[in-house]
Formats: sequence, C-alpha cells, structure tokens
Amino acid sequence: MVTYIVRRLITAAFILLGASFVVYILTAISGDPLGELRALNTANRDQLIEARIDLLDLNTPAPIRYFKWLGGAAQCLVPFAGTCDLGRNVTGQPVTEALGLALVQTLSLVTAATVLAILIGVALGIVTALRQYSTLDYGVTFMAFLFFSLPIFWAAVLLKEYGAIGFNDFLRNPDIPWYTAAGIGIVAGLVLAVAAGGDLKRRLRLGAVGFGFITALLIVASVTRWFTTPGLGIVVILLAGVGLAFAITVLVSGLQNKKALYSGLTAVAIGIVMYFPIQGLLNVATPLMIFILAVVAVLVGVGVGWLWGGYDRGQGMRVGGITAFLVGGLIVLDRFMQAWPSYFNNGKIRGRPIATIGASTPNLEGDYWVTTLDSFTHLILPTIALILISLASYTRFTRSSMLEVMNMDYIRTARAKGATERSVVMRHAFRNALIPIATVVAFDIGALIGGAVITERVFSVQGMGTLFFDGLGHVDPNPVMGVFICTAVTALVFNLIADLAYSALDPRVRVK
Amino acid sequence: MTQPSQQNEILAERAAKLEEPLAGIEEIREAKGLSQGQIVRKRFFGHTGALVGLITFGLIFLLAFTSLGWAGIPGWWKYNHIDVAPLVNDGAPTLSLTSIGEHPFGQDRIGRDLFAMTMRGAQQSITVMFIIGLIAGLIGVVVGALSGYFRGWTEAVLMRITDIIIIVPALLLAAVVSQIANRRDSGSWFSGFATNYGIVVLGVFLGFVVWVGLARLVRGEFLSLREREFVDAARISGSSNARIIFKHILPNAIGVVIVNVTLTMSSAILLETSLSYLGVGVKSPDTSLGLLISQNQEAFSTRPWLFWWPGLFIVAICLCINFIGDGLRDAFDPRQKKFNAKKAADPGTRPASAPAAAIDFSKGA
Repeated sequence: MVTYIVRRLITAAFILLGASFVVYILTAISGDPLGELRALNTANRDQLIEARIDLLDLNTPAPIRYFKWLGGAAQCLVPFAGTCDLGRNVTGQPVTEALGLALVQTLSLVTAATVLAILIGVALGIVTALRQYSTLDYGVTFMAFLFFSLPIFWAAVLLKEYGAIGFNDFLRNPDIPWYTAAGIGIVAGLVLAVAAGGDLKRRLRLGAVGFGFITALLIVASVTRWFTTPGLGIVVILLAGVGLAFAITVLVSGLQNKKALYSGLTAVAIGIVMYFPIQGLLNVATPLMIFILAVVAVLVGVGVGWLWGGYDRGQGMRVGGITAFLVGGLIVLDRFMQAWPSYFNNGKIRGRPIATIGASTPNLEGDYWVTTLDSFTHLILPTIALILISLASYTRFTRSSMLEVMNMDYIRTARAKGATERSVVMRHAFRNALIPIATVVAFDIGALIGGAVITERVFSVQGMGTLFFDGLGHVDPNPVMGVFICTAVTALVFNLIADLAYSALDPRVRVK
Repeated sequence: MTQPSQQNEILAERAAKLEEPLAGIEEIREAKGLSQGQIVRKRFFGHTGALVGLITFGLIFLLAFTSLGWAGIPGWWKYNHIDVAPLVNDGAPTLSLTSIGEHPFGQDRIGRDLFAMTMRGAQQSITVMFIIGLIAGLIGVVVGALSGYFRGWTEAVLMRITDIIIIVPALLLAAVVSQIANRRDSGSWFSGFATNYGIVVLGVFLGFVVWVGLARLVRGEFLSLREREFVDAARISGSSNARIIFKHILPNAIGVVIVNVTLTMSSAILLETSLSYLGVGVKSPDTSLGLLISQNQEAFSTRPWLFWWPGLFIVAICLCINFIGDGLRDAFDPRQKKFNAKKAADPGTRPASAPAAAIDFSKGA
C-alpha cells in the first residue's frame, strides 16, 4: 500500500514537471507580451516597455525562465518556511497572494453547487433506477440529456434575464394573481402525479392534493405579503420538523423502529423549545458560532437517540442527529428570513436583491445575517447554473450504477430472506451503488477549481478562471502557472484518492 | 472525466460474471442467427430516442450545409453570413406559420441575416465535431491499443504522455492556436491557411487534446481482451501483432470506441462554442454559434432572437448527438438486457416463464 502511494506520488511529480514545462512554454509563445504596450501612443511608452521586460525577465529565453520559475516554486515544498515564490503578475502583485484571493472566490462559488448537485443527482438517480421505464424515468432522462447539452454561457444569460431581472421585478410588487397561483399549482400537481408511484387513482389523488396545497400556499403568501417580510415562524418549523423526523426515520430505520422515530420527534421538540431562547444569541452570530451551534445540535440529537436506546441504538442516534441538524437549519433559515427586510431595503440594494454579477455588493454594511444574505443573493444564479450542468452526469451515473447493483445475486438473496424493500434498497443496494459514485465525486472535486472558468467569466467573479485569463491576455506565464499548479495538484491528488477510495470501499480491487 | 484503470478492470470482470442470466433479466432470443452488426443495427433502430436524434441531426445537417452551400458550392439561401441587407421590420424575425418571409430568424443591428449566420455557425460546429471525432478517435484507438496490447515500456511511456496531456488545460492550447493563427503579419503559410480554414485548424488541435479519455478506455478494454482464449489461439496460429490487434481485438472493442467517440463529439460541440464564446475559438468576420451568443448577449432585452436561435441550435445538435450516443451504447452493450424490478421483486413470477415478447430494447438505459 505504502509503496503504491509512494510510486504514484513520484509519477505524479514527474507528470507535473513535464506538464508544467509544456504549459509554461505554450503560454510564453502564445503571443507578444509587449504587444499591448507597443500599441500605446504615450510619451513614456519605451519606459513602460523597459519596465515590463524587467518585470517579466523577457531578455531570458522562455525555457531558462521556466527553470528560474521552477526554482522559486520548489521553495513552496518547504513547509512553514514562507519562502514560496511563484513570481509576480504584470501589476507586480505576487502570484501567491493573487492565487489566495482567487481561490476563496472560486471555492465559495463551486462548493455549494457541487454539494447540491451531488445530493440531488444521486437522489434522482436512485429514484429513476427504482422506477425504471416509468414516466418519471423518461422525464428525468430527457432533462438530464437536455442539461447535458446546455452551453453554460447560454443558460447563464437566460438565468440572469428571468431569474434575476424578472424575479426582482416581481419582488417590487409581490402580488400573485389567482390564475398564476393556479397555473403553478397545476404544474406542481402534475409533477407530483408523475413522480408518485402506484396506480392511476393514487397518482391523481396525490396530484390533486399537491395542486391544492401549492395553490393555497401561493395565495396565502401573496395575501399576507410573505415575499416582502418572509419568515417561517414556530408553527411551520414544528410541522416541517415533524415531517422531516418521519421522513428520515423511514429512510434510516423504517417506521417500525419506534425508538428511532421518538428520538427524531424529541429532537424536533427540543428545537422548538430552543427557538425563542436562541434568538438573542443568533442576533450576535458569527460564522464560527453557527458552526459550533450546528455541531451542538447534532450532538444533542445523537444524545437523544442514545437516551431512547432500544434494540438498535445506532439507528436512533442517526435519526436524532440528522433531524436535529435539519431543524437547526430551519431555525437558521428563519433567522435569515427575518433579516430579509433590512437587507431588501438597504440603501445599496434598493429593492433589487438578486445580483447578476460579482460576488458581493461593494461597501455593504450590516451584521452577519445581512452580509451573508448578500453573498447568497450573489451566489444563487451561478450556483443554479453550475448545478444544472453537473446534475445530469451524477443522475445518469447513479442510475446505471444502481441498476447494475439491483441485478446482483445478493439483492435477490436479501429479498428471498424477507428483508423489507427499504432495507434492500437503502442497506444492500444503495451502499454498494455508492462505490463507483465515490470515485466519480473524487474526480470531480479534483477538477473543481479549474472547472468553472466560463461561469466565472459570465458572472464576473474574480476567481481562478479570471486570473488564468488575465495571465493569458498579457502573455504572462506566472499567473497561468499559478492556476495550473493549483488545479493540477488537486487533480492528481484526488485521482490518487479516488483509486485508494475505490480499493478501500471495494475489497475486490487491490492496489498493486 | 477519465476513469481509473482499476475501475475498468473491475467493470470488465463484472461483465464477465454477468453473462449468466439473473432474476428479472431475459436473455436475448431474438438475436439468434444474426451477425453482431445486424444485432446492433436492429437494436439501434429500435431505440426511439436515438432514431429521433438521428433524423433531427440529419435534417439540421442538410439545412446547414445546403442553405449556404459549402466549400465553394453555392446554396439555395439568398443571403450569406457577412453581407449587410437593409433592415426589414427593424430586424425582427419574419418567420411565421404561413411563410418564412425575408429574414426568418431576423437580422442583427447592422442588418446581417441571422438565418445565414446561424447556418454558418451550425456548419462550423458540425465540421469541428467531425474533425475532432475523427482525430481523437484515431489517436485514442492507436495509443490505447498499443499500450493495452504491448504493456511494459510502451504502456508506461504512452500512459504518462496521456497523463500529461490530460492536465494541460484545453483552454490554453486553444488560446495558443488562436494567437498563432491570428498573427497575420508574420505571413507564414500556417497563418495564411488558418485565416481561411480557422475552424479546421481549431478542430485538428482540439482533436490532438481530447483523445486522452478514449485512449484510457480503449486500453482498459484491450487489457481484458488480450487475456482471452481467442487471442491465444490467434497467436498460436501465427498471427502477427498487428493482425491480432486490428483483426481480433479491435472488432471486439469497437462498441466502446464508437460510443465514446460519439460522446466526445457531443462534448466537442460544447467545447468549440465555449472557446468561441471566450474569444479564443472562431474569430470574426467568420462566425460560430458560440461567437454569435457572445456578441449578442448584451442585446437580450432589445433583440432576443439574436440570442435564442444560435443557442437553440447548439442545444439541438448536442442533444441529437447525445441521444445517438445513448442509443449506440444500448445497442453495443451485451449486458443491456431488460431488467424488470417488479418481476425480480415479486416472488410469484419466475423470470423464465415470462414471454419472449416482453423483451424490449427500444427503451433507453
């Protein structure tokens, strides 16, 4: 195992050397680094050219410059020495500094999108595999192909037009006429009827219920001006929490495990009791505090499950922990909604909250909730765009992986010995179907940092892609190399992790 | 994204195990007495999605190439993508249910015909798609076959080259190509050629980059196929290495090749349009679907048609290719048998008693 890892790392180092040389030379020959300066007509043109030649060391041939750069980059391998030198870009800023700033922007852009895409994609894949050749399956398959074929820059412009400008116009006067509410309700009811299993009668009933519920919800929201002053309130949190407790119990342990259900419900009750006392604490929230509260919530939930005990304590603890986390999330969401009016009426926002470009509103002042809301409203469109295009591959991959597992002998054995369908799907099939997905996820995380170049361009986010493009535009290899090293190292490391994870998860595969 | 080699091996292993029928899966009985090509063709044309995709793609292909003409042959459409015509109806599309009118897709701000521009863009995308598919397919098959068949040093060297190319960003290569092609002042034969056939140059260079995924898959396929008995038999009967590779192993791996070349082609369209959008692909005065969107995205509120038509053509072409690829995958995959979850779950029905008519390959996987 250790020899395998060491061998892989040494190979990776050589690959990195070769590829970085290729990238450096390609960037250097891609154009005339002084072209933009030569076109200038100002008096100090020659000085500027001299300064640029000096800054980029252009009198040295590119291959030799590469080795100079390599010497500086090699110092990055010395831990904690602080001598990391990846050169400077054309404005004289050290590349390491620029990279740090860009990395934060890119990561905040792609993290939420990736996590959501994986969760939704895997869930959709499982459902479509279980309902193979149903209307739902065909619908999702078609949507997956459609999203797969969408050019992101095109989808992004549509999102900007309808998601941001249209929604902002709507927020100015959030009035939903009854026919619009009924229309949305019909669509929701249809989706529910298609997604639900069972015979036609059951589907129609569910569809009708969905239609009534959504239409009523929209009309009530419109009448009570919910979109101007949103909020969940303790009653909605209670209802949603109880629903979540039941749903999680069904998935994790099955409703016949009463102790698990009770621990979930107890977690909801604790959350409701804590709702008012915690508001004062939330008013002075910081990111760290939210994180600690989340950990505390999970611990409390797990503790509740442990106290309920029962024949399978682990299941109860799991249900309690997950439910507590989600109820805590609901309370935080409620607090965000409470901050909405003050954000919405902020002088910098002027009632148009959903932003089309950038990563935050400049000079916005406000507490934790307002500033976080601000970054949410900036992230929402790029996140949706990224989810749309990456959802498809996860759905398709999970579906085929799940179908393959469902064909296995041991699934038939599990059914033959009388395991419940929930147990067969969640315990026997799902876990094994996750093995190949784990490797794909590892790959995608490795490709994340460099993978959002176009999204960054469309939404004017100053991330890695922008850095890369600026470097390329100025024929300046240093920032290009900085971005390349970051992306290549993550890609190689996650490739290795993917292989190791595969062999750890699947005992039939041994690394050698 | 590329797959690790171990995964290929384990999948190949599983494929071997799956050859015996399982619960809820019916064997192919309709396949008796047919050659592989006949089976594949039959299954492919039974796949509704693939068939619709193929027909739609054929129509788009004909429309794009006959309307403007290609390679000097004139087309039937009266405008081309460069000439300026007086604005009709302020440039709004004249397409209606009864007639196509003067400018069916509308005109841009200075009066160029959008139908002609979109058709030109579709030509470019389809051309670049075929070039990339051809070059990437050839290189990928040769590299994958050599490294999978000979193993040892050949494999080590070829696979390390593959690894290097995988992590060099395609964007950088495209930028370099477009920069070199744009240096018209240098007057070299290359820049002269690139001025006239920019899309061909772009396609060739992208083809030299995107073969890596295919090479890995072909290698995985060769690794498992070279251990089979028929390869031993061929070797004992005195076949040369080239004959074993091309006559014995490659026909068995052709499914993987064709399917993945198709999928590479669909991603090639998105790659070309993205690069043109970013300004490093096709350059004005020539046009491409990505470039049209990039030029017109600011005008969305005033002239939305300039934005809709090119985008719809990208999605349509890409969707067709994806459906064709999906149909091909189902047609080539011997494991693709109809799995019936209900039948497998229901202990009352024995799979063997199911009528053969229940076999249905028309449904996608």
